[in-house]
Amino acid sequence: MADITKMKSVSSQVRRDIVRMVHANNSGHPGGSLGCVEYFVALYFDILNHNAADFDMDGIDEDLFFLSNGHISPVWYSVLAHSGYFEKSELATFRKLNSRLQGHPATEEGLEGIRIASGSLGQGLSVGIGAAQTKKLNNEDSLVYTLHGDGELQEGQIWEAAMYAAANKVDNIIATVDYNGRQIDGDVDDVLSLGDLEGKWKAFGWEVLVEDNGNDLEAVVNVLNKAKSLTGKGKPVMILLRTEMGQGVDYMMGTHKWHGSAPNDEQLANALGQLEETLGDY
Amino acid sequence: MKEYPVLGTKDTRSGFGDGLLELGRTNENVVAMCADLTGSLKMNAFQDEFPERFFQAGIAEANMIGMAAGMTIGGKIPFTGTFANFSTSRVYDQVRQSIAYSEKNVKICASHAGLTLGEDGATHQVLEDLGMMKMLPNMCVINPCDYNQTKAATIAIADYEGPVYLRFGRPKVPIFMPEDMPFEIGKGILLNEGTDVTIVATGHLVWKALEAAKELEAKGISAEVINIHTIKPLDEEIILNSVMKTKCVVTAEEHQIAGGLGESVSSLLCRTIPTPQEFVAVDDTFGESGTPDELMTKYGLDAVDIISACEAVIKRK
Repeated sequence: MADITKMKSVSSQVRRDIVRMVHANNSGHPGGSLGCVEYFVALYFDILNHNAADFDMDGIDEDLFFLSNGHISPVWYSVLAHSGYFEKSELATFRKLNSRLQGHPATEEGLEGIRIASGSLGQGLSVGIGAAQTKKLNNEDSLVYTLHGDGELQEGQIWEAAMYAAANKVDNIIATVDYNGRQIDGDVDDVLSLGDLEGKWKAFGWEVLVEDNGNDLEAVVNVLNKAKSLTGKGKPVMILLRTEMGQGVDYMMGTHKWHGSAPNDEQLANALGQLEETLGDY
Repeated sequence: MKEYPVLGTKDTRSGFGDGLLELGRTNENVVAMCADLTGSLKMNAFQDEFPERFFQAGIAEANMIGMAAGMTIGGKIPFTGTFANFSTSRVYDQVRQSIAYSEKNVKICASHAGLTLGEDGATHQVLEDLGMMKMLPNMCVINPCDYNQTKAATIAIADYEGPVYLRFGRPKVPIFMPEDMPFEIGKGILLNEGTDVTIVATGHLVWKALEAAKELEAKGISAEVINIHTIKPLDEEIILNSVMKTKCVVTAEEHQIAGGLGESVSSLLCRTIPTPQEFVAVDDTFGESGTPDELMTKYGLDAVDIISACEAVIKRK
């Protein structure tokens, strides 16, 4: 049973971590990170069967998660730290020289919890499908989860992967799109509209769930559980998760401007004033 | 001059196909993936015998490369198969991020490399692949010379932990390496000892280098011939030992000069013992349609070209 109260508390602290990490080196992507806090917290604190204390690359008999839109690394790093993959104090090294917390997630420095590099967009769905196929070969019941930006769906490789997974009945994967409608250059509809996204995934042969409250923890937990119940039935599963870029910091919401910009000192103080310190700052 | 009897002729891609089939029988973690070129890559036998370990990706190479990276998580050893062009330039970013940077145990197996692909023309005749792949950190780059060596290399790379690019070709070429010779990654092979010039060759040019050495011998020139099947990591020792003796070198490959084996050798020598060098390789041009033999002649990749390069480089000593 999901402990929503605890997860809300974690979510607030994760949001503080995100704005502090991005502010500390004046670079990074706060907007998408803030918008995906509930997804990550629900995943790591309720949904995933995972072993944070003893991270293993192969993850046999564990559920696996792949972040395809690697630029929202701050939310992932923070949630990994709060889940026990590594010390929270290491969040202070984000994007700094000799850090394991690279600007975009990487495996080379051996950061626990990361199984593939991502950043160049469009690659994570293929990786997830590959990992899901290996789980089938290994006769595992575990699932594979992936997260993608909506702008990322403009990459052609996504649709190669979409076609493959449906044609080959890869039904042990749950992909989620962070459907916030914004990308660096503006609104997705203005940059390159995705059109009828639900219809597209359905036409590609996926089971599609649409959740309009992607920043409501209970809603996110529920849709992920619903997605789990749809696995193993011959179709890959897609969740279109409506979120608000910049969620939790008022001046970062309702715009694409905070996709990849860091707050200054004053803006940081403003943001922290809106976010309760629940578990202690790193 | 040491004799290398021709044991037959076969395409190097068949060495890959037969090696892969053997791996299927001996290593249950080996899986194979192909982008709609199963017959061309000679992967049918593996597909027929191990259908549950064969993954048809369709004409979607980027997805195939990403899936291969993912399949390593959980212990599988994916061998991807498509033409060399579609294994490299088509999917360079996927190879770079999902495989090389992510240190994934994928074997990228690439057929129809170079001009000897023939009539299909320049769209398919990749001559830049060795350069692209050797520039990637963590990537091992292998270009065997005949059927036997390609089969042995295919089997050997399954036991090597890390990303590998294995390049082979389409045409039937002489088989002259011993069938039972084990393949040692990163270890060049001294095929013929000589004193006047060193020929460092890779892939289809190795046999031509032996032919050239034979004719040079008749002209009174003693050529040392080294088979460099592993472009990266380069066997520096075998090259340096030879060049210290001969004082000049000719490199020979079915690739652009830029980025090829010749540049790797140059880079080594200029840092250690600067040595006159001539390049037998394609000089900054695309290929075209034609038979493999016609193309190798037109673009200067025949034994006669190696001979002239040797004569030229000896004069520069």
